[in-house]
Amino acid sequence: MSWGLSRVTVRFGDATALAGVSIDVEPGEVAIVVGADGAGKTTLCRTLVGLEGIDGGEIRRPDRTGFQPETSGVWNDLTVMENLEFVAGAYGLATDPARRRIETLLEVTGLGGARDRLGRQLSGGMRQKLGVAMAVLSDPELLVLDEPTTGLDPVSRLELWSFISLTAGEGKAILVTTTYTDEARRGNSVLALDGGRSLASGSVAEVIDAMPGALFESARSHGPSSWRRGRTWRIWSPEAEPVPGATEVSPDLADVVTVAALAAEARR
Amino acid sequence: MRVVAVTALSKRFGEVRAVDDLTFEVGQGEIVGLLGANGAGKTTTMRMVLGLLAPTSGRALIEGEPVGRVDRRRLGYVPQGLGLYRELTVAENLRFSAEAFGTAPPDLAAEGLSEYANRKVGELPRGVTRRVAFVAARLHDPGVLILDEPTSGVGPLGRARLWESIHLVAETGTAVLVSTHHMEEAEECDRVVLMAQGRRVATGNVSEVISGLRTVAVVAGVTTARLDEIRRLGGTVLLSNDGWRVVGLPLSVVSEVVGSGTEVPATFEEAFVALSA
Repeated sequence: MSWGLSRVTVRFGDATALAGVSIDVEPGEVAIVVGADGAGKTTLCRTLVGLEGIDGGEIRRPDRTGFQPETSGVWNDLTVMENLEFVAGAYGLATDPARRRIETLLEVTGLGGARDRLGRQLSGGMRQKLGVAMAVLSDPELLVLDEPTTGLDPVSRLELWSFISLTAGEGKAILVTTTYTDEARRGNSVLALDGGRSLASGSVAEVIDAMPGALFESARSHGPSSWRRGRTWRIWSPEAEPVPGATEVSPDLADVVTVAALAAEARR
Repeated sequence: MRVVAVTALSKRFGEVRAVDDLTFEVGQGEIVGLLGANGAGKTTTMRMVLGLLAPTSGRALIEGEPVGRVDRRRLGYVPQGLGLYRELTVAENLRFSAEAFGTAPPDLAAEGLSEYANRKVGELPRGVTRRVAFVAARLHDPGVLILDEPTSGVGPLGRARLWESIHLVAETGTAVLVSTHHMEEAEECDRVVLMAQGRRVATGNVSEVISGLRTVAVVAGVTTARLDEIRRLGGTVLLSNDGWRVVGLPLSVVSEVVGSGTEVPATFEEAFVALSA
């Protein structure tokens, strides 16, 4: 059974935070939600785990869910061990199995050597790994992680992704949000979100294939449908008409999400 | 022309060497990226270049002068926390910065910020506040612009636009020093300085940094015990979508442990991990 949202709408007063958004999260797989700050990623996470009410659509959620909020969920004044024991207690886990599970998680996350360190003394990477460990401790069927890699350096980020992949390998359905498209390739599917609306969704290859029009590369800017990417400019031609002086290139996910954001901006 | 010249710069906090014997330069119109893990010393370096923190030894010169004697108007800075007043509106924040530097407030329409002019900064999305901070930092047309993780939390289009602005500023001759730990942004820089534990571990453009570095790709079907053995021998094991990849060990060693392996060029991210280890 896959978990997720079907055409879900969430409103806060006059503001629509999610407008008919759908996402499937399959067991053993990682679904990525990519979008800027304010795109609706946090609302999507909170809705999926049941912290926000909905104004339309349907939620498919298992009995046991794990959630790591954007702030990591770690208590600053508790040690690593106390944070994990507190969560185990809150879920009413039996002492011995909980202790064994905590030891396994400490080993997998590499936090074993820091078990007596206070939450406030952890580096960003350690903090996020502890947050994921706390979310996964109760053995949830669905794990929801809100921007776990924001602010992390590449080494910590790779370690965290390894931990997430191992957890998916245990059969858990995992949803991860991020502002970085390069992280989307680490998942099985991707949903690009902007202003509470779905811009594109599917496997990375499907999302790339679904880009309307064509993409060109040039040494100079070509107005509002172009943007800078490293040394060159990317130009989106919605009707796939050739752009004088520019060469057609194959888009990657970052290009496709940028194109979708440009198209959404043009509609507003 | 050298605008920023950092020579043998070091900073100790007690026993910790936050920055250790660091040397690099930023030329006129050049974008230099400072890359490193959390705690590698990027922010400490920037604060010393700005004259906000005294080095333990070494020096930072701006156009040949010690930074302490440089007119503040030659420097522009966007800190990680952005340095804006959350309770003031966008227009008020920018007027405050303009008056502090004795310059005229910006044309909000030209900056694409008119619709936010009367909104409090604390109520705006991060992407917009980053743009406001960027405008505030270059109101006085500084010769040096220092940006500490300017794109953190910004989406793809916002990031592309922000980098577009950074390139435009550099094209007017401003020397730009920017920190990031997103490898895809390294390509936006003319040169990068890779830092680990306060030291410079590599410098050059992206292709120079990764040239010669190899990764051993070990595809699926490897036991955890064997991966642990690779780690014990000093290799870093990374999970990719097509299996495991090992950096930091030669193919012969990896093949001996896991029985197979192919050598492939490292990605910039993998080079970073190998050089930071």
